[in-house]
Amino acid sequence: MSAVLLQAKELVAGWQRPATAPLDFTLENGRILGLTGPNGVGKTTMLSALAGKAQVFSGTLEMRPGLRLALQTQEVPPVDGLPLSGRELLALTDAAPDGLPSWLAGRLDQRLDRLSGGQRHYLALWAILQAPADLVLLDEPTNNLDTAGVAHLASALRARVAAGSGVVLVSHDHDFVAQVCDQIVVLREASDAV
Amino acid sequence: MLSDLFLLPFLTGLCLALILPVLGCFLRLRDEWLAALAYAHVAAAGALLALVGGALPALGGMAAAALAGAGKRLFARRLAGGASFAILLLGGWAIAVLLAANQPLAERLGHALFDGQLYFSGGAQLALVAPWAVFAGVALLLLSRHLLLARVYPDYFRARHLRAWPVMLGFDLIAALTLALATMTMGVMGGFTLIFIPAWIAFRRAGSWRRGVAMAVLIGVVGYAAAFLLALWLDQPFGPVLALLLIALGLVIA
Repeated sequence: MSAVLLQAKELVAGWQRPATAPLDFTLENGRILGLTGPNGVGKTTMLSALAGKAQVFSGTLEMRPGLRLALQTQEVPPVDGLPLSGRELLALTDAAPDGLPSWLAGRLDQRLDRLSGGQRHYLALWAILQAPADLVLLDEPTNNLDTAGVAHLASALRARVAAGSGVVLVSHDHDFVAQVCDQIVVLREASDAV
Repeated sequence: MLSDLFLLPFLTGLCLALILPVLGCFLRLRDEWLAALAYAHVAAAGALLALVGGALPALGGMAAAALAGAGKRLFARRLAGGASFAILLLGGWAIAVLLAANQPLAERLGHALFDGQLYFSGGAQLALVAPWAVFAGVALLLLSRHLLLARVYPDYFRARHLRAWPVMLGFDLIAALTLALATMTMGVMGGFTLIFIPAWIAFRRAGSWRRGVAMAVLIGVVGYAAAFLLALWLDQPFGPVLALLLIALGLVIA
């Protein structure tokens, strides 16, 4: 099976109209690609296009046939008032709890709406990160995480790709991107590209 | 000990007391608890229409509710944000009241449907409700993971190319038909009580989804049995007694 998971050539993505500058990149198995750039350049839109949510307006996007995706968005799962435990959340995506940080592992049987915002965010992220998938797409995964959370996420991402998958992450956290990513693509304003 | 006269109605209602709280948990999960009232009113209108037209009321109620459950998807864009359920509720109520006001035959059944009388259920009703309750329970068990996933991780659901419409259409039909049977058996508000209150308490109190569903079923069954006996003892209509009993319970423990 080819090691190339996805390949973008002159890819322009958007919702109702083109919203990104043309972009080229290739991602292979076992690697982490970071999409970064200033606010408003279309990082989330590009990630959404990879997930099939946003439109591809021009260029090509080739994905390995049968690629299993896992997508984490910035939207927090709506769990307020819902009697759903952390363990049940992980079971929904078939994510294993092994490897969770100690500050979360002991809280798996609590309701999600009784956890702190950071704990809830990390558990929701973990459910996607550890879901059976060939390509994991993460949008601003370090939001709401403290230093310990960011450090744990960095090692979990490395372990995830070492186990055999690719990761594309969008982040405004340059230090984090530089620390964990094997390749970095900086997006420009769409108008700059004309 | 319940006499034979009341045993069949009790068993019929018991089947519904087992399944309605489970359905209520999923309706609450989807923020669709108003659907219970909507389907109940549509079923009532369908039953009265069938009666006036010389058909079996139960069939008319189930057909109308199933049509509403499946048909609301056709107007999904125009009726976003729960508007479909409000429209169904108002339409069902209007048709039912007009039929009851103008057709003497429909008036009696209309009163029974809206007062919530359980004691007229017989063997035929039980033969319909019992297998349906088993089927709906198994179907909800099979759909539960996808229903939870679609609510908590809608983007993950789409990214995995999981087909949402069979799950949602299946759930809508199960909800509509279960509510239709509940309306025929224990009235509009009797059914709504067992949908809404056990799930409301469970969502407030339970520590997990699994325990929440179990808690809702327990509250539904215990509340139902207590209301059945109380209404019988006080010689009062079942629906209002059930509603007041579960409201009191909810206010204490929710």
